[in-house]
Amino acid sequence: MQIPSAPVDHSADRTAEKRELFITVNGKDQVLLVDPWVSLLDLLREHLDLTGTKKGCDHGQCGACTVLCDGKRILSCMTLAVMKNGSAITTIEGVGEPAALHPLQQAFIDHDAFQCGYCTPGQICSAIGLMNEGKARTREDVKELMSGNLCRCGANIGIIDAIMEVKTGGSNE
Amino acid sequence: MNKFSFASPAVAGEAIEIVASEPGSMYVAGGTNLLDLWKYNITQPDLLVDINKLDNHHAIERLPDGGLRLGALATNAATAYHPMIEERYPLLSKTILAGASPQIRNMATNGGNLLQRTRCYYFYDVNTPCNKREPGTGCSAIGGYNRIMGILGTSDDCIATFPSDMCVALAALDARVNVSGPKGERTIPFADFHRLPGDHPEIDNDLRKGELITSIDLPPDNLTTHNSYLKIRDRNSYAFALVSVATAFELENGTIKDIRIALGGVAHKPWRVPEAEAALIGRQPDDESFALAAEIILRGAKPYTFNSFKIELAKRAIIRNGRMALNPSSQLPGARPSA
Repeated sequence: MQIPSAPVDHSADRTAEKRELFITVNGKDQVLLVDPWVSLLDLLREHLDLTGTKKGCDHGQCGACTVLCDGKRILSCMTLAVMKNGSAITTIEGVGEPAALHPLQQAFIDHDAFQCGYCTPGQICSAIGLMNEGKARTREDVKELMSGNLCRCGANIGIIDAIMEVKTGGSNE
Repeated sequence: MNKFSFASPAVAGEAIEIVASEPGSMYVAGGTNLLDLWKYNITQPDLLVDINKLDNHHAIERLPDGGLRLGALATNAATAYHPMIEERYPLLSKTILAGASPQIRNMATNGGNLLQRTRCYYFYDVNTPCNKREPGTGCSAIGGYNRIMGILGTSDDCIATFPSDMCVALAALDARVNVSGPKGERTIPFADFHRLPGDHPEIDNDLRKGELITSIDLPPDNLTTHNSYLKIRDRNSYAFALVSVATAFELENGTIKDIRIALGGVAHKPWRVPEAEAALIGRQPDDESFALAAEIILRGAKPYTFNSFKIELAKRAIIRNGRMALNPSSQLPGARPSA
């Protein structure tokens, strides 16, 4: 690796002031000015008014803030918005439509996969990420690979049922 | 939570120059631990240097010697599911997939995994003394609730454990850590990367100011057939290890030709005892052999008020994981105990 010998001027790329952020959210290109310390979660909720994504623990433990970044599930609370310059984010608002639900949304309804619903946007985004990854083969795999999303109402069985139904097209094994 | 500046350079040399010269500056990659520490006011960076956009160090590639190079910026998920890792270093895949959650593994990088800080309750609680967080203030864990703390290599100043699963495999596999810094590049053997707390528990590892992990090298080996990771924890997924064991061995005519046994959750670094491994060469891979290794590895273990259970647990886990390595069909996903 080349280590520059002459001093480098960083003034152009470093500032305590707001940074310009190019980001695509639910298919819509956005150009925003953002403080460096704003989490992706706060950007979505407070700046873009996309409050479907929930703030549960804000410490990466509960999964309620799960969104898809370039198709991969991540925790928006543990991500700085400015670190996602150039990325495409999908939140629950970008999944399905009221008149045409995503199959997982319909399956969550069919399987009583929520009570209070607070964890549900994260659960559904996480489940979409799980499907994109293609690593879950069995019900046990789905349980293991959904362990980053907590449901305190105890709807986990319904959640796993719903995912299994969509994943396997009906079979629950 | 303090405010900070932010930089996102495109080349490693520029990132290194910033962090080497700017007080209060830090690299950020996945951010899964650092941003948590920042939210708890444990780490208060003045400047975060985002290294995700560097033009290098993302790939997983073959080395001329037959080994493999893991880019420091490759994610834990990309590494665990990489065909070459699954095929040639399955122990590494198993340890990575036993840690954190899928979301975190999609974010966390290989370099960052090595730089995780302890999950000691007192380190996280800024209202209590902690020598690791604030040197000289004392250790709250030694006389406190120390169920999750270390039993090996502890000091009078700190009994915290290092939380990584992935690093337990990297220790077992004799990985090498390549770093680049203001004074050039160097390679650190994995056993020397993390340090014991001694009287400077605030220092977790051998990295110097400005040094950046660029890659981790895995030497070629023949440990693909018999290997297992057993992680004992309070719940079966998404929890840190109370005790974990990575075991890998190669057999020749039914006896052990080469064996690695590394422990997690018991010390300030992944724990390996070369003497215990040497004692097993030429022996049968049976309970008696693994029990012998367990006795040697746990020799000198020091329990605290609430964690003496870890000594017996570690011994049993070593034996059980030896069996699981011998018979891979007994292993369950997520490094769970066999049925």
